[in-house]
Amino acid sequence: MLNVSEMKKSLLVSIWFMFLTFPIMVIRVNPIEKIVEWRWGNMFLVGIGSFILSFIWRYFIRQKESGLKKVEMGEKIIPFFEKLRSGDSIYLRSLCMTLSCAAAVFPFVFSTYQTTIMTTVLMYVVLGLGLNIVVGLAGLLDLGYVAFYAVGAYSYALLNYHFGLGFWTVLPLGAVLGAFFGILLGFPVLRLRGDYLAIVTLGFGEIIRLVLENWNEFSFGPSGIANIPRPSFLGIQFSLQQATVYQYFLTIGLALCTIFVVNRLQDSRIGRAWIALREDETACQAMGVDKVRTKLRAFALGATWAGMVGVMFAAKTTFINPASFTFIESALILSIVVLGGMGSVPGVVIGACILILLPEYLRAFTEFRMLLFGAILVLMMVFRPQGIISNVRRTYELKGVPGRTLRD
Amino acid sequence: MEYFLQLLLGGLTRGSIYALIALGYTMVYGIIELINFAHGEIYMIGAFTALIMSSVLTLYGFNEVSIIVLSSLIALIYSSAYGFTVEKIAYKPLRGAPRLSPLISAIGMSIFLQNYVLLAQTSDFLPFPTLIPEFNFMKNYEHVFGSTELVIVVTTVLVMILLTILIKFTKIGRAMRATAQDKKMAMLVGINVNKIISVTFIIGSVMAAIGGILIASHIGQINFYIGFIAGIKAFTAAVLGGIGSIPGAVLGGFVLGWTESFATGYVSSDYEDVFAFALLVLILIFRPEGILGKSSSQKV
Repeated sequence: MLNVSEMKKSLLVSIWFMFLTFPIMVIRVNPIEKIVEWRWGNMFLVGIGSFILSFIWRYFIRQKESGLKKVEMGEKIIPFFEKLRSGDSIYLRSLCMTLSCAAAVFPFVFSTYQTTIMTTVLMYVVLGLGLNIVVGLAGLLDLGYVAFYAVGAYSYALLNYHFGLGFWTVLPLGAVLGAFFGILLGFPVLRLRGDYLAIVTLGFGEIIRLVLENWNEFSFGPSGIANIPRPSFLGIQFSLQQATVYQYFLTIGLALCTIFVVNRLQDSRIGRAWIALREDETACQAMGVDKVRTKLRAFALGATWAGMVGVMFAAKTTFINPASFTFIESALILSIVVLGGMGSVPGVVIGACILILLPEYLRAFTEFRMLLFGAILVLMMVFRPQGIISNVRRTYELKGVPGRTLRD
Repeated sequence: MEYFLQLLLGGLTRGSIYALIALGYTMVYGIIELINFAHGEIYMIGAFTALIMSSVLTLYGFNEVSIIVLSSLIALIYSSAYGFTVEKIAYKPLRGAPRLSPLISAIGMSIFLQNYVLLAQTSDFLPFPTLIPEFNFMKNYEHVFGSTELVIVVTTVLVMILLTILIKFTKIGRAMRATAQDKKMAMLVGINVNKIISVTFIIGSVMAAIGGILIASHIGQINFYIGFIAGIKAFTAAVLGGIGSIPGAVLGGFVLGWTESFATGYVSSDYEDVFAFALLVLILIFRPEGILGKSSSQKV
């Protein structure tokens, strides 16, 4: 593999990248003080880095191509997780038991700070699962998902501010409002295909944020709303630490509920309709699936979870402003879904853990967080479009006919 | 009346820039049916390179004309190199993949490039040098239409004419049109489709960079985020005119420029971006194929 022509290729790549990154990586100007800073070290790093990366890149491209060939030859590649599921279910069951035990004792073993982080992770799990319905199952790329999150958060903050409504009253209201906005967005975009849809949802998300930022009488503008009460439990007021633990368990409850519902939805009539719609819209309509209803349901059910998490988010931070609901947030949730595996529930859980915990624990990393998200989106699409844990299509084994399967 | 004229010409200037960027979207979409999300970032990188090079050249004592020419030229070269590389990394391995994949990859590329510039340079707004000189004969009209605006509009018109000639009358333009119509067929008649796609990205990037340099010297400051909003707006312009159609992109750019200009002038300047997005949503609801686009039936 390490022959001369490969070396030459990589050398060319590294020279190209050194040229490409020259003005932006090497030179830094300060136009006010008229100083130019030359950072030749960066050029060296880019050269070495791209030299090595080009080998890895080509290696993976070859891997991918040989993988495709194997599939064409009829070889079946069973993903790791599927092996786990179809094999001894004892492993899976004991894994689940361990995880749930760990989750139950977590806030009592670790500090409040750690509990807060875990709560955040769980919130993103729910958001990811919600978006997973829209993107993963129904195949509608929604780039404005954060808008529904904002709707939930602001509905709690504003209803509490004006009418003094409590957390438990607003939680279902937030879900309903989320679903309502989901349908509101769904209607105009019904006729649009993938790429148009992406842009319109992006525009929708930005409109919501800009309105929240500029309509001071309604949303208090960029200064946001403070002093949002934390959730109460039968009227008992908690101390800060107790409230954190309580929130943690609430979020676990919500996450479990979401996982359950999404799992059931996937195998239901609607879920099948979504998957069919994702695969081929025209054929799906020909099979008698009502396109309008199916799409609207996807938007509404996806947005419901975002609305609920929004309420939770407002109750957790006790302060919200439009800066929490930028496009970056939508991109983060999308990265979770894409990294984990579109349409796969365990994938989304793992994706959320990786993308939220990594920057949290590797502090030096935080700066490069967004750079990494971008790279993840590209690399996952190029090398592993199905994500870490791919969603396995259900197949029915035909008993008695060896080696033949039917796809549903 | 003067206020109206000011808004009209302001809209024309804005529209020219949108049209320049929208052309890149429309050409790429016409050929590989992909919304090149990273296009706005190419525009931003073009502006950044021009800023960096002009500062360096100023420091080394070059004269004014050579600074303008050299820094613009280098910016064009670099942005087309970026456009070319982005296509090779993020889109080429995904030919034939499901439609959603290249789109997600494009979004990733856009986020990556934004943060690359943010980390390697700065998150602050940088003052952009006035590359465009003040013309004496424009002095009397300064209050409604300055020299910069004039240069922007004239350059845009020139670029449009050149592009039309390129597409209508050259060999490469004919190959591009053929590829846009039917990739397989084009391959069969001996067109190197991969090369044509690269050329399309390069041409689009050059136009985005021209737009970037012009708007940056018009507004006078840039940061890493300018590409994002400009990209979405230019995409709006492309959709408005009918994506895939080149005169449509130009028309869409002007319509969007005027809409924004008049809406901010007469209604409220707080909601500048909201008008653009609202226009996009309205157009897509009532006429998804755009003003000049042909409605096409979906293929199964």
